[in-house]
Amino acid sequence: MAKIKLSEKKIQELKDVCKTFNNDKGELINVLHKAQSLFGYLPAELQEIIAKELNCSVAHVYGVVTFYSYFTMLPKGKHPVSICLGTACYVRGAEKVLEEFKRQLKIQVGETTPDGKFSLSCLRCVGACGLAPVVLVGEKVYGRVAPDGVADIIAEYNT
Amino acid sequence: MNMIKLIIDGKPIEVPSDTTILKAAKTVGIDIPTLCYFELKDMNIENRPGGCRICVVEVKGRRNLAPACNTMVAEGMEVYTHNIRVLNARRTVLELILSDHPAECLTCAKSGNCELQSMAQQLGVRELPYQGEQSKYRKDTSPAIIRDVDKCIMCRRCEMMCNDVQTVGALSAVNRGFMAVVAPAFEMNLEKSPCTYCGQCVSVCPTGALTEVDHSRNVINALADPAKTVIVQTAPAVRAALGEEFGLAPGTLVTGKMVAALRRLGFDYVFDTDFAADLTIMEEGTELLDRLTRYLKGDKDVKLPILTSCCPGWVNFFEHNFPEMRDIPSTAKSPQQMFGPIAKEYFAKKLGIDRKNMIVVSIMPCLAKKYECQRDEFKVDGDPDVNFSLSTRELAHLIKASNIDFNSLPADDFDNPLGESTGASVIFGTTGGVIEAACRTAYELYTGKKLQKVDFTELRGLENVRHATIDFDGLPINIGIAHGLGNARKLLEDIRDGKSQFHAIEIMACPGGCIGGGGQPFHHGDSSVIKQRAAALYREDAGKPIRKSHENPFIIELYKEFLGKPCGEKSHHLLHTHYFDKSAGVFVEE
Repeated sequence: MAKIKLSEKKIQELKDVCKTFNNDKGELINVLHKAQSLFGYLPAELQEIIAKELNCSVAHVYGVVTFYSYFTMLPKGKHPVSICLGTACYVRGAEKVLEEFKRQLKIQVGETTPDGKFSLSCLRCVGACGLAPVVLVGEKVYGRVAPDGVADIIAEYNT
Repeated sequence: MNMIKLIIDGKPIEVPSDTTILKAAKTVGIDIPTLCYFELKDMNIENRPGGCRICVVEVKGRRNLAPACNTMVAEGMEVYTHNIRVLNARRTVLELILSDHPAECLTCAKSGNCELQSMAQQLGVRELPYQGEQSKYRKDTSPAIIRDVDKCIMCRRCEMMCNDVQTVGALSAVNRGFMAVVAPAFEMNLEKSPCTYCGQCVSVCPTGALTEVDHSRNVINALADPAKTVIVQTAPAVRAALGEEFGLAPGTLVTGKMVAALRRLGFDYVFDTDFAADLTIMEEGTELLDRLTRYLKGDKDVKLPILTSCCPGWVNFFEHNFPEMRDIPSTAKSPQQMFGPIAKEYFAKKLGIDRKNMIVVSIMPCLAKKYECQRDEFKVDGDPDVNFSLSTRELAHLIKASNIDFNSLPADDFDNPLGESTGASVIFGTTGGVIEAACRTAYELYTGKKLQKVDFTELRGLENVRHATIDFDGLPINIGIAHGLGNARKLLEDIRDGKSQFHAIEIMACPGGCIGGGGQPFHHGDSSVIKQRAAALYREDAGKPIRKSHENPFIIELYKEFLGKPCGEKSHHLLHTHYFDKSAGVFVEE
């Protein structure tokens, strides 16, 4: 794990987040949510600061971060790709679409491409089952995606 | 308390409303099997996550089976603890737990003491119908504790001990589903975590997932080497628990048999850590009196309260959590580490041998001692003052492996000069004992008068945090006592916030003190075992002809012949230490 340096300003922002929750360890999940929206991810250094501010152990913070799939310790790409693996999308071939993204981006689920452009994640149902299988890139929704359409989607962001 | 009437297995009973089905059943002799559940009664320690589902029972009218450890009784409840539905479910639950458990019982360190193994026997499992995927997590070996999480059944007992009782926070359940393990933050090795090596996780682990680092092989090799003089020291709490490993009742004192067994094992000299405990009292007591007199004279720089420093788990704890207060504890080394230099710098010279040809082995109720004896500041040119530290359990194994019929051994006496000890040193092994021993000596040295009564019963007991005021001939001395690191934390926070009224505080990391140490025979959640061990130590103390450390003739001789005076130059060099700040980012590697 590489050591990263957080700026003093960012650290102060994080401490302020903790303060808005009264430094209450019962609010850990809420604090982590805010912290992730602030930093984009939850690196180890950040978890250490949160543990200290909320007066709980770092192991406990790490336990919560690794339990919920929403939290990530890796920085997301500029264009986060999410593939729906909900029932409707799954039966219409979402897994093959996922495999194709993995193959073309050369990363696994939860990882980010070395150039920081794309990251890959899975989710369960975005409420657009009529368009299954569904892929999200950032906020944009792609419906009825087939494996041979994956290259076009990637190309759209690769200019 | 509101009383509740219910029926368990056809037996009508009445219990208070806040009783679980498990405990209610126990009152009528029904022993529902449990696995993740753990309790140390009267010590405020309980784990009931309701996770393993071994204790399921049928409650009439309830759709699903209920975990007995976690379900409260209710009026009119009808409970069945062993009907066919319950028995089948319980067996399936166990078979599923076993489906991904390594079948390594033949070679597992925990075999014979494993609660999962006993459960499989109790429920009569003779085959494994489910073959699950096996976990392949790396083994983590620290200086004292081995984590082998492939054997973990996620009972969460260690997590409860580490977080709720000890407030160390080294371990937490991380990840989810099949990937879930109990681990330090960022799944670093234990050595990089704030772990204190108190070993309480090991003492409650139902399986072989957490065990101690075994040094018996090193000791066997040393004993077989004719060029080495091998000497052994035994901690106070060992003699009150070792017998349990040989089927004797908890609280049976086996001091004489233990000495005889050690001699048969081939140790050249069998000495007593109690001797070093007497030495600790001389040094720590002198330091206390020195700080106290300076304080009374109005010296503003003097730090009070003084904290005892004989517990290495506790030392690790404040180095990690309260490094800014590390000038408050006494600088006196622990008895184990006082014994080391006296053996290698004094006794070895008496024998006319080089310290490198002397091997010092300690028998300890403790796992933190394994780490302590490896610390750099306790070595001379790379040669450790204490070479190997074995737990009470390891000694028992060694005795069994050496064909010694322990129970038929005639009692034997320790060798001299480092084997003579007083009653004061014996009670070092139980919470309150160190400070009582210190009071016996400090009182007489301070007042110049003889104590009328050496028993300070107000310092004894098992309450989490205790305090008492001892009258030093008109000077009231406020004493605080805590056992268990969570309790210690409370006292430390008071000191930090300037709220502490104490002059001296005794702290032991393990619940009950060393008698409940991480290296002791497994008590399996029976707190009466710990109480019996404490009673045994007080019995041994009461039966000793000399009960005050400063009256130990060999201690007096040692100062006259070698050390000079307590806290003098030589003592400072050999018997005192300093502490480190270990709080800084231990987790993230560059």
